[in-house]
Amino acid sequence: MNKIKKINPPYCMLNFFRWFCHPDYVEDIEGDLYEKYDKYIQEKGRKRANWHFLWTTLSLLRPSLIRPLTLNNQLIYQAMFRQNLKISFRTLLKDKGYSLINIGGLALGMTVTMLIGFWIFDELTFNKYHDNYDQIAQIKRSQFSGNGNHFTSDYQNSALGIALQTDYKNHFDKVVMVRQAEEHILTFGDRAFFQKGNFMQSGAPEMFTLNMLSGTRNGLKDMKSIMLSKTLAEKLFGYSNPINKVVNINGKEDLKVTGVYEDLPRNSTFWETTFIAPLRIYYSMTGLEWNVWNNSNMKIFVEIPNDTDFKTVSASIKNELSKHIEPKRAAVSKPELFLHPMRDWHLNNEFENGKIVTSNQKRMLWFNGLIGLFVLLLACINFMNLSTARSEKRVKEIGIRKSIGSRRSQLISQFLSESVMVAILAFGISFILVTALLPWFNTLSGKELEIPWQYPRFWAVSLSFALLTGLLAGSYPALYLSAFKPVQSLKGTIQTGRFATIPRKILVVFQFTISITLIIGTLIVHKQIQYAKNRPVGFEREGLLMLPKRTVEMVLKADIIKEQLIKTGAVLEIGECNYPLTNTKGNNSGFDWPGKEPETILMLNTIQVNYDYGKAVDWELLEGRDFSRAFATDISGVVITESTQKAMGLAPASGVQLKYNGNNFTILGVVKDMIKGNPHEAPFPAIMFLSKEELGWMFFRLNPQMPVREALSKMEAVFTEIVPFSPFAFQFMDKAYDAKFKTEERIEQTATFFAIIAILISCLGLFGLAAFMAEKRTKEIGIRKVLGASVLNLWNLLSIDFILLIVISCLLAIPIAHYFGNIWLQEFAYRTSISWWTFVIVAFLTLIVTLVTVSFQAIKAALMNPVNAIKSE
Amino acid sequence: MRSHLGEFEEVVLLTVAILHKNAYAIALIDEMKERLNRKVSIGSLQTVLRRLEKKGYLTSEFGEVTKVRGGKRKKYFHVTNFGRNALELKKNERMGFWDDIPGLAFE
Repeated sequence: MNKIKKINPPYCMLNFFRWFCHPDYVEDIEGDLYEKYDKYIQEKGRKRANWHFLWTTLSLLRPSLIRPLTLNNQLIYQAMFRQNLKISFRTLLKDKGYSLINIGGLALGMTVTMLIGFWIFDELTFNKYHDNYDQIAQIKRSQFSGNGNHFTSDYQNSALGIALQTDYKNHFDKVVMVRQAEEHILTFGDRAFFQKGNFMQSGAPEMFTLNMLSGTRNGLKDMKSIMLSKTLAEKLFGYSNPINKVVNINGKEDLKVTGVYEDLPRNSTFWETTFIAPLRIYYSMTGLEWNVWNNSNMKIFVEIPNDTDFKTVSASIKNELSKHIEPKRAAVSKPELFLHPMRDWHLNNEFENGKIVTSNQKRMLWFNGLIGLFVLLLACINFMNLSTARSEKRVKEIGIRKSIGSRRSQLISQFLSESVMVAILAFGISFILVTALLPWFNTLSGKELEIPWQYPRFWAVSLSFALLTGLLAGSYPALYLSAFKPVQSLKGTIQTGRFATIPRKILVVFQFTISITLIIGTLIVHKQIQYAKNRPVGFEREGLLMLPKRTVEMVLKADIIKEQLIKTGAVLEIGECNYPLTNTKGNNSGFDWPGKEPETILMLNTIQVNYDYGKAVDWELLEGRDFSRAFATDISGVVITESTQKAMGLAPASGVQLKYNGNNFTILGVVKDMIKGNPHEAPFPAIMFLSKEELGWMFFRLNPQMPVREALSKMEAVFTEIVPFSPFAFQFMDKAYDAKFKTEERIEQTATFFAIIAILISCLGLFGLAAFMAEKRTKEIGIRKVLGASVLNLWNLLSIDFILLIVISCLLAIPIAHYFGNIWLQEFAYRTSISWWTFVIVAFLTLIVTLVTVSFQAIKAALMNPVNAIKSE
Repeated sequence: MRSHLGEFEEVVLLTVAILHKNAYAIALIDEMKERLNRKVSIGSLQTVLRRLEKKGYLTSEFGEVTKVRGGKRKKYFHVTNFGRNALELKKNERMGFWDDIPGLAFE
């Protein structure tokens, strides 16, 4: 040609064009592009030509000119699809053990992920049962307590509720005061039940959009009315119509049933509410004062209008409380009101300094979500590992496929359709597993989860989840296998040696690291629970019964009951107290003692007890003596606990004079700390006053000589005789104490479940991997055997690789588990330490399990007849 | 049965007919630019050419390999008899209109 250097259009654009253009048109159009380009270069220079080229190429992106998604026409496509399916089925059936491991592992992973998915969905939709979910809020108050601590409270004065209903009417659609759910006795004829229920103002059913089965939401407008949940209505009245029947509450008031509502679901804040009675009844029954500013005993719920938001309303009521209390107190406590929206009630309900902090509930959510993801990942890793390992057997197949014209994309789709098929099979199995496991999982998680069969969205999500899992799990083998070069794969010279196994090894290490971390974590949780359960609690839990005086007759006849019970010989001591032994309610400050520094504020758990309380609960005296009827002056005596003594700094405490509320008290004795509150926390300092009044809670020390069952039946006989209308509903103190570990035990049980599944899946994978390793080295083993290698040698040869991987995993998992375990333990004041033997045991056990898994294959291979191995092709 | 022939399709078809044995994309574009002062992009022209070919108004064949055009062959288009009929039908329809305009209409 001429001397002018030939200038070509920009390569990347040209390649892009070649890629997207319909193959039938490429040559012609590309020629056009060239021609145009040359023309432009001559006319307008290179730069303009390039721009024009770019623009022209882009303008070729038209449906009629671009490459169709599938080149093959519909018929071939369908045939290919059918072919792929058929081949996939054949490969599955050809190697049944492998398929079983693969499908089983994936199904396990999916089961766990699905269960966790339901759980998370349930957590996130908490309270959504209520139609006005987005507009409802609770009034909260954050303020400083006497000792300078900041706290946030749910409970407000009734006068505040009234103020919001009148002075702030414009800010709210509805304001409703509710008394917290408490147990009350409901009686109809000869049926009496302890039931949790709420007293609410009449707008509540409308606000919480109860689903009325009979009656209307206005049922609480009558003063003496009650609304029942469906379950309770059936319990009380069987199948007869409950409306207008009269129910007695606590032996005090007769209430007419005006409505029955559908039971509130477990994932509603009010799920325990089995009945709702008008708030007025609560006040008339308790004799409490209405419309006062000094008793925070109400929860206040509000519904705000559509056109405003919680922040605005919060700002406008923020200082309402400080206006109504003494300025002096307000200056110290600085109370602020704010709205806590319903959507935050469940997951964002822990406060520090008036700010929402990450709640345990939310932490659990993250923890479980993460675990679910990990378990699924483990299952997917298995799938990848097994498929790539197996690929060595399929190298020839790929070579032949490629040489007779298979494109890489077709191979990829072949492998992907295999993995998607496995995923869908696993999905089917996991469905059966989930259905079977759900009741058990519900008790474990304390929820009422259901499989939402009827929602199309659920199906859409699950199916795409299965597809995604299939694609995810199949992606690596699909890309890896399809990249083999046909000539090499047919010759059998594919180098799958050292380098190819490295990703697989990394994946195994990853799997086992997660599994081992989970197991160690589970053990740490278990240890902490056992540690706190066995904590000395300062009283004797065994053989101690606790019973509140719930009815009037019990209060009136308490003395007769006590007398009769002692007579039966079933009970040795009967103590009384104004609080149960399971909480630290009743806190006061304002104590004065010799040597007290003026600015110290000591908050004490102040308890009223009778003479026999100490003997009944069997507290341990460290110093001085118990209350005694022998000394009349004991009425102004107190018993303190060890930590109170420490806080006051009194070396010998007995005989010291205290001042409280303007009265003088003498310390009679010091007892060991009693753990009544959180068993993981430091003991709360307490002080016990002697009371001659009737106190709300009774404690019975059972006669250890008598079998518990006999003692209980004797006690029940006494109760039914003397107080026939009060159910003998007691609590065993040891059980009540153990019940405090619900949250931790839940973590422990779920973690155990996950850990078991994780290690199971990992071992399944390892088993499959070992099998392939052994199979691949059949000839090598045969030759080694012929040359004189012993079974032990061969076993060593086949296992050592895996053992090494597990050792690495242990080394990785131990610091991780130690780190996170420590973080978890830091939350508890009374905590166990993480001991080194936990790690040793876990590492040892994991090694044994893997050794067994791997050895099975190794020994099988080592024992084979070498002749078969060598002659096999 | 007559299938619809759009305005641009008609123009392209006519241009192919004019160029006779030299009707490939760039020549068509240049011809249209010259005659109608109409700028046509490769994309829109190629789309229409493929469509006309599919409808059966055009056939095509590749030319010889040359050194220009990056070594790519030209694709030459010819009007088929079917295409010719369609063009004539269109023309006759139009002429029918013209013939029936009363002499007074444009005065």
